[in-house]
Amino acid sequence: MAVDWEKHPRLRELRFTLIKIFRNPTAVLGGILLLGFAATAVLAPVIAPPRYPDSPYRMPRKGYSPIPKPPSETNVFGTTSGQYDIFYGVVWGTRTAFKIGLFVVGFAAAVGIFLGTVAGFYGGLVDELLMRFVDVVFAVPTLVLAMAIVVAFGRGLENIMIALALVVWRNYVRVMRAGVLTLRDKDYVQAARLMGVSDVKIMLRHILPNAIYPVLVIATMDMGSMVITASFMSFVGLGAPKGYADWGQMVALARNYIVGPPEDPLRFWYTIVIPGGCIVLFVLAWNLIGDALRDAFDPRQRRR
Amino acid sequence: MGPFILRRLFFLIFVLFGVSVLIFGILMSFSPERRAAAYITTPQQAKDLPRLVRTYGLDDPFYIQYGRWVGEVAAGNLGWSLVAAQPVWTAFWMYFPVTLELNLYAAPLIIWFGIWLGTRSAIHRDDWFDHLSRVFAIIGWSLPTFLFALVLLMVFYGYFRMFPPGIIGDETALYIMNHPESFSRYTGMVTVDGILNGNWRVALDGLRHLVLPVTTQVIVVVALLMRVMRSGMIEELSKDYVITARAKGADDRTVHLRHARKNALIPVVTVAGQLVAFSMEGSIAVEVVFNRQGMGWWLAESATQLDMPVLMGMCLFMGLVFVITNLVIDILYAAIDPRIRLV
Repeated sequence: MAVDWEKHPRLRELRFTLIKIFRNPTAVLGGILLLGFAATAVLAPVIAPPRYPDSPYRMPRKGYSPIPKPPSETNVFGTTSGQYDIFYGVVWGTRTAFKIGLFVVGFAAAVGIFLGTVAGFYGGLVDELLMRFVDVVFAVPTLVLAMAIVVAFGRGLENIMIALALVVWRNYVRVMRAGVLTLRDKDYVQAARLMGVSDVKIMLRHILPNAIYPVLVIATMDMGSMVITASFMSFVGLGAPKGYADWGQMVALARNYIVGPPEDPLRFWYTIVIPGGCIVLFVLAWNLIGDALRDAFDPRQRRR
Repeated sequence: MGPFILRRLFFLIFVLFGVSVLIFGILMSFSPERRAAAYITTPQQAKDLPRLVRTYGLDDPFYIQYGRWVGEVAAGNLGWSLVAAQPVWTAFWMYFPVTLELNLYAAPLIIWFGIWLGTRSAIHRDDWFDHLSRVFAIIGWSLPTFLFALVLLMVFYGYFRMFPPGIIGDETALYIMNHPESFSRYTGMVTVDGILNGNWRVALDGLRHLVLPVTTQVIVVVALLMRVMRSGMIEELSKDYVITARAKGADDRTVHLRHARKNALIPVVTVAGQLVAFSMEGSIAVEVVFNRQGMGWWLAESATQLDMPVLMGMCLFMGLVFVITNLVIDILYAAIDPRIRLV
């Protein structure tokens, strides 16, 4: 079936949004970066064939010396402290980063959208209780609360992901609920109600598509910021066991080598700059896209 | 305004209660032996944990244990910190000044720099300055604090040998230890104490150790402020009163700074709470990387060594700071914007 982009108002707006995003050079840059990372993550087994096929996230090591070795022919990016291959870690770490971002944001957004929509739409006691609970959870900074949960559940990357998901859903509830509240009493919603459209259908077809945009923006930004927070927790030592391909842990491994010997203080730069650069570029890609989405969705800036 | 503050104080108690139940609930997933540590006040007691479990009834139902814990906290006993090897309450006053000092320098810089950058880039919208500061903001936004701190340390300490990590140099620390009669630690903040004692050597040494931590904190936190300031300013500049002011012949400076900026500051006040939260999170990373023994360092260390009384106390403290900040923000908001009345 041929889609008529001009006739359907929602499709017309979507096309307008897409054009606006693709005309934004920073968004295109972000998109290219992201495509690069996605390709690396998908093709990881081809780019860096695992030495241990059963546990591919385990970084291969070439000995046990704590002193990092510079890039060579066998180790393109060199080895970090403990002789873990940086190239392998960076490639498989991309998968880890996507796993963290997708799981945390996916869970938090799903819970937040559901609770926010229902609470905002129905209001009443449930809404009141939920929002007071959100107030309480909001009182502790993300990192601190997540750390407390990881401590309680035990160390490990999975627990970091679960902890972050259990913390950040609060942002989505607030944003989603605020959006639903402004739409709930609009004339078109009232009209739908008068025509006997069911509550579920009103929420799904009339409210959700109009209230979802701010959520999309913060979800995009969070894909990056969750990787930052998770990598910091790995850096502190709350993450996966040593040798797991994770950018934050790779930075932690190199921590004692940020300053080289006096005659060559920057000798071990690659141990920090390569995994660290990956974190920055990954986060930057999501932020550039998020920024463009915000500009494209912002009604005050949209038609200018 | 009176009833408003009263209501908010009630809200404060509610939130603190909620936070304590939440954190207590999370930490209840530990074995009773681990939790017994929360009731230890001296290192000797640590030896007979099983007896402590019985004495304090750590196998009791949640609400009984919670009630008991609240009683202890109300009596001023926050437990024993394994990391600090001191009671949590005593250790708190040792670590708090270090973090306070960092933010005492960083906060004014963040506010001044953020407002200045945001205002300028809104006035010169789509100009090179605007693009540059937006790139700066988005990079600051994407930089993990700990990574940026490490790179600064690598370059300015490793390569240039300029700004060492830590709070204070060995020589200065020795000097302070050996001269307790002429150098009194009024506040626990190195630079402030140095100035109060009229000892510039100590003050300058403290400052030297603060340059990189403060820089990190400012660059990572300022992005949010700058972004909000910029969009607020752009919105204000397109309003009718700006056109009126221009029509009356007001010069650019008056229009921008006296009319538009004042109004653009209103939305900025609303993100102040978020800025405080960012600063708290930033302090953790900054203190861990620069090896400054402040609250952030203590918290991270406690998390890796399962020092639960500290985690409990810290969550409560941060909750308290957060709620009070929000209260102050609401009052400020009404003070700045005469259209808002607090009832």
